[in-house]
Amino acid sequence: MIDSFFNLEIMAQVLPSILDGMGITAVLSILVILTGTVLGLLLATIRALQKRPVDLIIILFVDAFRAIPPLVILIVTFFALPYVGIQLSGLVATWLCLSLVLAAFAEEIFWAGILSVHKGQWEAARSTGFTFLQTLRFVVLPQAMRLALPPLTNRAIAIGKSTALASVVAVPEILNQASSAQAQYANASPLTLAALAYLAIFIPLVVLSRWVESRFAWKH
Amino acid sequence: MPHSILEVNGLRKSFGSTEVLKGVDLTVASQELVFVIGPSGSGKSTLLRCCNRLEDTSGGSIRFNGQDITEPGVDVNQLRRQIGMVFQSFNLYPHLPALGNITLALRKSVGQSADEAEKRARAALDRVGLSDKADAYPGELSGGQQQRVAIARALALEPKILLMDEPTSALDPELVGSVLEVIRELKASGVTMIVVSHEMHFAREAADRVVFIDHGEIVEEGPPSQIFGAPEHERTRAFLQRILQS
Repeated sequence: MIDSFFNLEIMAQVLPSILDGMGITAVLSILVILTGTVLGLLLATIRALQKRPVDLIIILFVDAFRAIPPLVILIVTFFALPYVGIQLSGLVATWLCLSLVLAAFAEEIFWAGILSVHKGQWEAARSTGFTFLQTLRFVVLPQAMRLALPPLTNRAIAIGKSTALASVVAVPEILNQASSAQAQYANASPLTLAALAYLAIFIPLVVLSRWVESRFAWKH
Repeated sequence: MPHSILEVNGLRKSFGSTEVLKGVDLTVASQELVFVIGPSGSGKSTLLRCCNRLEDTSGGSIRFNGQDITEPGVDVNQLRRQIGMVFQSFNLYPHLPALGNITLALRKSVGQSADEAEKRARAALDRVGLSDKADAYPGELSGGQQQRVAIARALALEPKILLMDEPTSALDPELVGSVLEVIRELKASGVTMIVVSHEMHFAREAADRVVFIDHGEIVEEGPPSQIFGAPEHERTRAFLQRILQS
């Protein structure tokens, strides 16, 4: 048992490749979280303008990307798009797909937050000469954020973790490195090491998200 | 008579098939305090909201400083900085302290420096008697204090006219006086105001003119002594009787 899961000798040999994988996982996760959140915010802003046809397109996109499993989206992007002449590297495909999935969830979360802000806030701000975008930025979003942040950070971390899916499209991130090593050594210890590597990346992120949430709370 | 700041002519406003304002004429002179009274649903609030373009109008004109603000090309943001608005439900920004509520528009809309804006905001808070509450969040203030901060927020932009939509209706009775006191002081310092209100006793002593609206039209207007003492119209009489009895 100890030999299969905690073989220190194998772990030591695998460590460099797992560390390489950690670098890729960390960068990919951060990229996905940044692009996905920004894109989600952008979509929610456009939706707040309440222009009918555009709204419907956004809703369609959001519902589709929340309903289809991320793995399916990734496989379609990576293995099916080449048939129509679009060939993306595994890394770019994962970045794109997971960003879109996070954007879909983030849009809904931001949108719910924006809707929770009372209409009187819009009117008060507009009455002092603020434009639509200024009102959104200085008055509505700071209030919407308070409600949106906890579900948003949860979702961002969940989707950041699913960069493990990239192992399927041959991106040498943590899981991919660990699986190859596991096959090579016929031993599960590299997977144990992978689990530890994920903890090392995502525990700080969880702590960070808690800090961000507390910063956006305000006195009543 | 001083020159007029606001001239409403034949103003119409419909929501769907319901006509809420049916051709309203109203002129407000500089430094005048005009009270608008009338039953709920008579169109008083809609009239105010049309005057700063929170509502689009369906017909007629509103001249502000000579310019028709119902025209399509009007810069509403520039316009609204000159027309202050105070709401029944205060609508303070809950995420900012009193001072931040006031400086926000000064900094981000007018473009003042942080120092300049803070100086102006503190002066406005002083005017409504709340200089000691600059750092308090709206949730820490009483309703009356919140409304006074909201008045300070509007005042800080140095508007040419202040529109108040039932400023005391959401307040506990014992807090109403503090807000009316501020209105009285603004009047003394020459601020032009249109106030939609049910505070008849205050209107009687402080207003220059009282306008009675019913079913989307002005039934009667005149000095308070006339409206309250000798109303000409049956509708005015019936309304006042109902209000003053309760």
